[in-house]
Amino acid sequence: MPSGIKDKVVILGAGCSRFGERWDCEAADLMAEAFEECLQDAGIEKKQIEAAWQATGIDAFNVGAGALPLSMALRLPNIPVSRVENYCASGTEAFRAATYAVASGACDIALALGFEKLKDVGYGGLPQRTRGLTNDLFFPNLSAPGAFALLAAGYRAKYGIDKQDLKRAMAHVSVKSHANGAKNPKAHLRNAVSEERVLNAPLIADPIGLFDCCGVSDGAACAIVTTPEIARSLGKKDLVSVKALQLCTSNGEEGGYDRWDGSYIHTTRIAARRAYEEAGIQKPLSEISMTEVHDCFSITELVTMEDLQLSEAGGAVKDVLDGVYDADGKIPCQIDGGLKCFGHPIGASGLRMIYEMYLQLNGRAGERQLPDPRIGLTHNLGGFPYQNVASISIIGRHGI
Amino acid sequence: MEPVKTEIGITAYGAYLPRLRLQKQAIADANAWFDSSLKGLAKGEKTMCNWDEDTITMAVEACSDCLGREPLQEHAALIMASSSMPFLDRQNSVVVAEALNLNTSGLRTMDVASSQRAATSGLLSALDIAAAGRGDAVLVASEHRRTRCASREEMLYGDGAAAVAVGTDGVLAEYVAGYSQAIDFVDHYRSDGKDFDYGWEERWIRDEGLMKIIPKAVESLLKNAGVRAEEIAHFVVPTEHAAVPAKLAKVLGIREEAAADNLLQSVGLAGAAQPILLLAHRLEQAAPGDLILVVGFGQGCDVLLFRATDAVQKQRPTLGVSGNLSLGRPESNYNKFQSFNNLLEKDLGKRAEMDKQAYLSVIYRNKGLVNSFIGGRCTACDTVQMPKHKYCVNPECGAYDAQVDHPMAGKKGHVATWTADRLTFDYNPPAYFGLVVFEGGGRFLMDMTEVDPENFDTGAEVSVHFRIKQIDSQRGFRKYFWKAIPAQ
Repeated sequence: MPSGIKDKVVILGAGCSRFGERWDCEAADLMAEAFEECLQDAGIEKKQIEAAWQATGIDAFNVGAGALPLSMALRLPNIPVSRVENYCASGTEAFRAATYAVASGACDIALALGFEKLKDVGYGGLPQRTRGLTNDLFFPNLSAPGAFALLAAGYRAKYGIDKQDLKRAMAHVSVKSHANGAKNPKAHLRNAVSEERVLNAPLIADPIGLFDCCGVSDGAACAIVTTPEIARSLGKKDLVSVKALQLCTSNGEEGGYDRWDGSYIHTTRIAARRAYEEAGIQKPLSEISMTEVHDCFSITELVTMEDLQLSEAGGAVKDVLDGVYDADGKIPCQIDGGLKCFGHPIGASGLRMIYEMYLQLNGRAGERQLPDPRIGLTHNLGGFPYQNVASISIIGRHGI
Repeated sequence: MEPVKTEIGITAYGAYLPRLRLQKQAIADANAWFDSSLKGLAKGEKTMCNWDEDTITMAVEACSDCLGREPLQEHAALIMASSSMPFLDRQNSVVVAEALNLNTSGLRTMDVASSQRAATSGLLSALDIAAAGRGDAVLVASEHRRTRCASREEMLYGDGAAAVAVGTDGVLAEYVAGYSQAIDFVDHYRSDGKDFDYGWEERWIRDEGLMKIIPKAVESLLKNAGVRAEEIAHFVVPTEHAAVPAKLAKVLGIREEAAADNLLQSVGLAGAAQPILLLAHRLEQAAPGDLILVVGFGQGCDVLLFRATDAVQKQRPTLGVSGNLSLGRPESNYNKFQSFNNLLEKDLGKRAEMDKQAYLSVIYRNKGLVNSFIGGRCTACDTVQMPKHKYCVNPECGAYDAQVDHPMAGKKGHVATWTADRLTFDYNPPAYFGLVVFEGGGRFLMDMTEVDPENFDTGAEVSVHFRIKQIDSQRGFRKYFWKAIPAQ
């Protein structure tokens, strides 16, 4: 049993650009916006960064391949920079790489930065693109909401839930995130919405309506990591450290072997189990203060509550409607607005979640600050319900 | 021209009609302001291909109806007849053969085109192959012609396919005699690079063509076969002229009631497929001993005479023409018909602009899955999986290189989860897809088509069908793959 990452690496600084339709910005501008905040927060100079990882999901419609975009945007001093890509979970991948680099002793201070410039495609939603020449021969003709809508039919069938009841719980997920996003000055969507409006929105992919979908945004987010010792030597006091970093990747079992029923995310369950073990968490329900999960669609957030063992199997609908995950609930979810309203610049999202955890744990989340959070969990999911990558990080106050 | 030995004949037949049935009144309503004469043709309905159907996909369905879905069937030949094949240079019948997962070693394939009698000529060749002792031969005729807006053809033409297998075992209709006459009578034509037919006055076609060429050919055949006209029980003459079959019967001395219903108000005129479709329809109704005379007309005339055997009432297709007729779904959206046939410059949206290049080497490597819907079965643990893979998907097994081909095209499945996607580009939105779990093992995330939204949810039974997956209009290619269709 490996000793794990717990408390070996701390976040020295974090930054995040404003997310949204940044028509006036190049990707490089977004990177600089996030990085300047991060560098200032870390209290170091650029030259102290020894290695960097860039997360971008969609290169063809963005900045192209490789890690040059990051290195050149920030004029990094010829340090090693690598690009990581793992669908929508790319941001957490960059964070994982930087954290492991520090933990291994390969470098003292490392940068993870994720970004995406998505709003130059000419239409709403994610850009239509190839899924690989072989996959294109037989992959169903699906959009992202279409793929995740599969969860809704699977969930409904498994628990015998009425379609309208599920729609109402899904609507509550979005209403809650809109309320949270309205309080976040960096969020893409800052308007509160009513349940009625959500329920009456145009259908995108049965039963997912417009307001069940997250925003497609431009944006960048980043974190600088180091060891607790170095952080202290730099004068930092209330440290925020990494408690667990787990990634689980599908191998085709869900879509290919007669077991998965479409009602949950197989990889999230595995990654959660591993992460709790790595962080030494016995009872997630009482130990986790808050979550930022991959709410690309409301139904994803709903089933994720069960996959993270926060709601019982089949119990998420009730918990959601009871407000367990609302800002004033037992375990607030998406206190920053989530993908739904903060926005979803693909490569940035995992790091945006970590940014929010870092702010909350430092008591710097402004109007949306939660009372005394201790442990936060981020869940960053990429791909499709039936084949995907699920990345979970647990971030908390150092030493608890 | 000699009467052939009687042991050769039709051993099986089948048909396919697209489920969509365009109401002819809808065409007339849209166009009568321009040509009021169209109102006179606005009776009944006509079959209409969905956007993802063409002569290849319909041929596969008709052959499946005729032959069943048993994989690796041995046939000597597969002949496809059509005047609207999707490929001018890529043998269409080979695609059909692979979609049927026939044993293609030693299989002779052939496309017969360029005439409305392509199918009857193809059938004569199939009979020759069987008569030569080479084995069973299959003839499939399929048609999907495009027509100009507000044309007579638009009112008249329907889409469909029919197949017959000929051989010596289990003959349900003996081949009695055949006769052919070639003559360059051009009632209409479609030349290279043109999308639409150009035709001549219908009165001339009737009086100088049908009424003169067909009687001569029929008389020659009957004389040679030693059969009297009044003995004919079923007289198949595919033509848009509703009154002509009865008129011809009268001229020839054939009983008037023998003249077959041309299905003009339920199918329309399915071009080269029409004689075989009508033959199939008559076989469904024939009694043992009935003589069936089939005419193919186009730049001459083919005439074939069959005699039904006792087997005709036992060896039935899965659906046949009657079964297909009963599966129709009325469609009164004329715009949809025009869109599916690419007759409009339609704004398909930017998502439709994605490059759909066909990577031929990739398709070839994957043709087992793509053309034949073949998966893998692990010889170590028996797990069926799709696609076939180097490692077994069963997490408790994971055996390497242990899978054998496992044909899945005939399997039934149930929908485990699904959605109707309105964001992704589809010619017929919303795009239905979902996870299909197959009886006997295996599952696949796949597109669905012909879904009736009122009667569809998780648990629905489906079968899989060869359909168009994508059209690369830039380069003129179309990709095919398998889609799930809910059982009706």
